[in-house]
Amino acid sequence: MIRSILLAGAALTAVIAAPAAAQTFAIVNARIEPVSSAAIPSGTILVQNGKIAAVGANVAVPAGVTAIDAKGGVVTPGLVAPSSNISASEIGGVRETRDDGTGSSLSAGFDIAYSVNPSSPMIGLARDGGVTSSAVTPVLSGVGGGSHEHADDGVVEEMTAGKDGGGDPPLFGGQAAFVRLKAGEADIVSKSKTAVTLSLGEAGARAAGGSRGASIVLVKSALQDARAFARNRAAFEQGATRDYGLSRLDLEALVPVVQGKTPLLIRAHRASDIRLALKLAAEEKIRIVLEGAEEGWLVAGEIAKAGVPVIVDTQADLPDSFETLGSRLDNAARLNAAGVTVAINGARDFNNLRQERLNAGLAVANGLPYPAALAAITLTPARIWGMADQIGSLDVGKTADLVLWTGDPLETTTWADKVFIGGVEQPADSRQSQLRDRYAAGDNGLPPAYR
Amino acid sequence: MTRWGTTAAAVSLLALGLSACATTGTTAKPQASAKPAEKAEAKPLPKGLDGEASSGFPSTYAPLPSRPTAFVGATVLTATGQQIDNGVVVVQDGKIVAVGGPETAIPAGVTTVDAKGKWITPGIIDSHSHLGVYPSPGVSAKSDGNEATDPNTAQVWAEHSVWPQDPGFNRARAGGVTTLQILPGSANLFGGRSVTLKNVPSTTMQGMKFPGAPYGLKMACGENPKRVYGSKNRSPSTAMGNVFGYRKAWIDAADYARKWDDYRAKKEKGEKADAPKRDLQLETLAGVLKGEILVQNHCYRGDEMAVMIDVAKEFGYKITMFHHAVESYKVAPLLAKEGICSATWASWTGFKMESLDGVDSNAAMVWKAGACVVIHSDDPIMTQRLNQEAAIAMTAGNKIGYGVTRAEAIKWITANPAKAMGIADKTGSLEAGKAGDIVVWSSDPFSVYAKAEQVYIDGALTYDRNDKRYQPKSDFELGQPGQGAFN
Repeated sequence: MIRSILLAGAALTAVIAAPAAAQTFAIVNARIEPVSSAAIPSGTILVQNGKIAAVGANVAVPAGVTAIDAKGGVVTPGLVAPSSNISASEIGGVRETRDDGTGSSLSAGFDIAYSVNPSSPMIGLARDGGVTSSAVTPVLSGVGGGSHEHADDGVVEEMTAGKDGGGDPPLFGGQAAFVRLKAGEADIVSKSKTAVTLSLGEAGARAAGGSRGASIVLVKSALQDARAFARNRAAFEQGATRDYGLSRLDLEALVPVVQGKTPLLIRAHRASDIRLALKLAAEEKIRIVLEGAEEGWLVAGEIAKAGVPVIVDTQADLPDSFETLGSRLDNAARLNAAGVTVAINGARDFNNLRQERLNAGLAVANGLPYPAALAAITLTPARIWGMADQIGSLDVGKTADLVLWTGDPLETTTWADKVFIGGVEQPADSRQSQLRDRYAAGDNGLPPAYR
Repeated sequence: MTRWGTTAAAVSLLALGLSACATTGTTAKPQASAKPAEKAEAKPLPKGLDGEASSGFPSTYAPLPSRPTAFVGATVLTATGQQIDNGVVVVQDGKIVAVGGPETAIPAGVTTVDAKGKWITPGIIDSHSHLGVYPSPGVSAKSDGNEATDPNTAQVWAEHSVWPQDPGFNRARAGGVTTLQILPGSANLFGGRSVTLKNVPSTTMQGMKFPGAPYGLKMACGENPKRVYGSKNRSPSTAMGNVFGYRKAWIDAADYARKWDDYRAKKEKGEKADAPKRDLQLETLAGVLKGEILVQNHCYRGDEMAVMIDVAKEFGYKITMFHHAVESYKVAPLLAKEGICSATWASWTGFKMESLDGVDSNAAMVWKAGACVVIHSDDPIMTQRLNQEAAIAMTAGNKIGYGVTRAEAIKWITANPAKAMGIADKTGSLEAGKAGDIVVWSSDPFSVYAKAEQVYIDGALTYDRNDKRYQPKSDFELGQPGQGAFN
């Protein structure tokens, strides 16, 4: 009893002290996976003022600096989720907690950065799994369009925001953001407007009125409108332009896309839809990132030639729709072998980001070289989202987002022992671990609510 | 996990009740025909009116061709609590005949397979699957898992929705799954009967049906039924409406069972008796009350489990397993006491209110309390890697110092689901006399890198990762991109 009260007191202190200053410390006796260079079988990483100060086999720990003995554990960059709804969505089946869907008022203009809740308890769960940052990407309301979402016993719930609006979803999913999952921060959005999302294929067809044939026509038209709008805003303000298919707010969001500054994140699955996406990019001279791409292996050479990065869920091997008939477990390996830049997603869902590193392991089991798999959950997504100057690898000068693992970070039997973001050790007190500890504590004569 | 012994007897008793009709099972009762034929009522009911005499939908499963085989040199997880290094497993005529260390004698005429460096486990059993009833592709024409037209559809049988060409069966087999319990969905309080399948390619459902497996009844607690019917302005629309729905149905079932019992008793005595009209809904529920059909109860929350246990006591039936039991860790001692299994994912949480308190150590905490743990999938993706899901659950336990071994955790996806499906006398562990349902893994099956290399069902090679002749493909996938090759 007394002991548990003391522990509770300690936990409380930790919560209050959460926005701690960046520490100076070293992790010694670790296998270090810098990702940007070859693994160091046994080395030291030195962190000073929140940045990586030194990495190597023979790094001296300055006097007075705390040295954490990794005891042979593995240090990697913090994992980067390439496309999820963490912090913008709380409980799958509770509509009021879901702000990851476009809604019915906006299309490209929707901005998920305003949906982000830094206090979401699911952030702690993600950190427990070694995920330290994520691209947060909106989906079309009521359509989804990301990867595998869970529905128990086939009772499908479509509860993304805006579902109540009725009618077909808008053409574009809205603007994505990038968040870093540091505890105690008031603002965790590192970057907003990082992409505009678009679905092709079945979800895109629905957004375009019900058929694929309308999809690209409407998208091209919207991009043309955005160009015209950008060229002559004054005319638009005076009502001297032809009618545009999208609102001013939506056109505004597409301007950086047509200027080549911001990519379209395109969810496409069938080989033919991927080809359409590549063609769209070439014709419109825009940057794109592909998500899904279950049949990507069938057009791997074309994707590589176009230099388009791809975000895949490596578990997707089922012909679960008519646009994923060619799904296979070695999709990532085949794409990589063809020269495609591959990032690996876990689930899109906030509650299952644990799966990302295991999906990388699964890709290795199915032929993806280990270094590429590790990069696919760290440096590659950081590059895709323009964050690689700060995070994604263990290079001197980068922000110290890193994880000390008990073993191989891609392995089921490994867990994240310590997680650092910006050089600050993160609390391991997620809601799930608090529940666990309450009930694992055993009977103390009072109901669990007192523990 | 030896504490299972307290309930094993009950379960194996239930397992006896299996038959195609499954209302009263095969228990031999004195027949009225022994009586002097002084009363004309003794003649049998017209075909189809007596559930006990129903021909049902019998299994036509026959094992694929096999040859006597000895697997030599692998690390063997027996699912009886043992890990045998450099082990030997001998299979003959579809059955395991010997399991042991390197000294194990190999009978003459048995083909030896060098399994050095490999691992061998029993075939994986997924006790919560919707393969076939919610197949790939997931289009509405094939959405056959929920008869969501009434909160009580105990009368429907999942086997009548199973599409044997679901490509998911082939994926699951490549993940080592040899046996599946296919359940109706959870839209209803009573979803209908489950069916247990051998995961063999077949053109008919009957060709997959596990001979001698008892039926299960899918029940659902919680949010799904009250949402589905509440949104139609029908009962149940609340949790209390759910419980009313169960109790009302059990009253009707008990009454129905009594009427049939009375009829049969009278008939036995040679008295005049009028048979009640056969009712498929009540017949299934009465089968539960008689202990012949196992209750498979979708129930996330610990407090709801406690209510369901009381409902079961009120009507004298037993709950065999709670499914999606993400809060079992909160009531683990109760579940241990009642001898009820918990089927759970390793760490899924937060996808709905009733899953909000899911924790990754759930399985390990329930195991620690001495209750029966099962890792299930409810998912055509996860079913392909239940070994990894068990590994995640085991690791979560070890993170808090529980010392869960592979020899224990393997039971969560083999022996324990076999018990909860009433087939533990037939499969689920590597013991002499049990079915030769065996997976040869490339490495430690608890590793993310492990792959099922060979899968044997009743001693017959059914999948071989390195031999295209043993990589069956569904009709659906012919002529499609990839031609059904998924790895």
